[in-house]
Amino acid sequence: MEVLDRAGASVIEIGMPFSDPVADGPTVEAASLHSLELGVDLDYILDGLAERKGTFNAALLLMGYLNPVMQYGFERFAKRCGEAGVSGLIIADMPIDEACCIKDALDTHGVSLIPLVGLNTEAERMGLYADGGDGFCYVVSVMGITGQRDTLPPEVKEKLRQAQDVFDIPVALGFGIQRPEQLEELKGLADAAVFGSALINHINDGGSAESFMQRWK
Amino acid sequence: MKKGYFGDFGGQFVPELLMPPLLELEQAMDTILYSKEFQNDFATLLRDNVGRPSALTHCPNVSKDIGVELWLKREDLNHTGAHKINNTLGQALLAKKMGKDVLLTETGAGMNGVATATAAAMMDMECVVYMGAKDVERQEPNVRRMETLGAEIIAVESGTRTLKDAINAALRRWISTQSNTHYCFGTAAGPHPFPLLVRELQAVISKEARQQFLDRTGRLPDAVSACVGGGSNAIGAFHHFVGDESVRLVGVEAAGSGEPGCHNSAPLNLGSDGCLHGMKTKLLQTEQGQILPSHSIAPGLDYPASVPSTPTFRAAGAPST
Repeated sequence: MEVLDRAGASVIEIGMPFSDPVADGPTVEAASLHSLELGVDLDYILDGLAERKGTFNAALLLMGYLNPVMQYGFERFAKRCGEAGVSGLIIADMPIDEACCIKDALDTHGVSLIPLVGLNTEAERMGLYADGGDGFCYVVSVMGITGQRDTLPPEVKEKLRQAQDVFDIPVALGFGIQRPEQLEELKGLADAAVFGSALINHINDGGSAESFMQRWK
Repeated sequence: MKKGYFGDFGGQFVPELLMPPLLELEQAMDTILYSKEFQNDFATLLRDNVGRPSALTHCPNVSKDIGVELWLKREDLNHTGAHKINNTLGQALLAKKMGKDVLLTETGAGMNGVATATAAAMMDMECVVYMGAKDVERQEPNVRRMETLGAEIIAVESGTRTLKDAINAALRRWISTQSNTHYCFGTAAGPHPFPLLVRELQAVISKEARQQFLDRTGRLPDAVSACVGGGSNAIGAFHHFVGDESVRLVGVEAAGSGEPGCHNSAPLNLGSDGCLHGMKTKLLQTEQGQILPSHSIAPGLDYPASVPSTPTFRAAGAPST
């Protein structure tokens, strides 16, 4: 994380492992199961971040699934996030319709609930997210799962334009971004790009976070 | 009550990318499922292709041994050998009327896979079945039946390699194939509207059984008992008896080896509230909210969650487990 921060990442997303990550592809799933085997849990993550509070330039986000957070307790979780300097939360299996259970606790402790929308999200549903969302809006670029393809479908641009219209907050494009050339296509459409599987694969292949960041500069 | 909830349980805990097909399905239930045309077509399919009504069999010899008059509702006599076909034919008919070409499903024991493959073949649809690799090995005859029916079987190697992992993989597949694919959820679990849809299609079991019992004995049974795994069998067997206060509803869960602390398939008895596979329900899980492996020698019961409507039953005092 320190390397990513030094190399200029604006936002660092930290995965909270879950045994059944339905919205993730094989790369993130394997990483999730591996970290569970190593004993990683929410306390480990939050303790680690609290110790390093104030040392990162990047904004810190937690991303994961609802059940571990629910078992931890929404209020306790939101409070500890606030104390650890976490600015936002992405819950992959919680659409806006079910968000009321955690939203109040997050608001109290100044943690944003990051909206995540897809190519099949119509403007009307985007509006529901725009009403309650803050931080930035995460547009999922492929109708698949994380890290699956290496080309950007043409309808992505249209969806980004729509998201820029609906949301007052920055729009980031995530899922399926594999190559630096893809960033060129995004200029003027997205305010940020999110990498997950590409970074994990790079590190698994013996690369470092530093050399990964070099490619995207 | 909030949409899609049974008391505190149920809901739609899925990625936003799955909300459009779920909303589309809710809409189809309103406009198609409850229409007279659909109900007539479905009743005809159940009669001509499943062999309904299934028999209610009195068992005098066992009854004498156990001191209880025992009657069996013979879902085993349905085409493909289980209650699963009630649900898959209904969902296939609905999917066809929605304009879908592909039935996607998960299977544990393989009975839901066979029933879905049969319905797909009957409706001239493609069929894709996700099955835990462990289940593929232990239920090989059903794998062959599905293949014979033209289904594509995908063995899931992740996690515990059983039903729970097959559902994860099938949900992932649905995210990318939703435009032409209906997810034919095999049990009364998952995100709304599946628990409701599957209950509506399986309720034929208790509708028939109640009338058959009244016709044969002139009274209602003292109790109705069903095994609970994912829960479609139980919810189908109980539904039309729910309003009968004199009828005790007894769900039976699989206790694993029965030793204290063993892996089991008894989330209603031994689990706690949580979220998995799109629903809030009773789960087998660690204190940190990681899902525990389930275990049963019956692959069809080997599942760490329970149907969201059954915890509500339990909270209301029935069924007992």
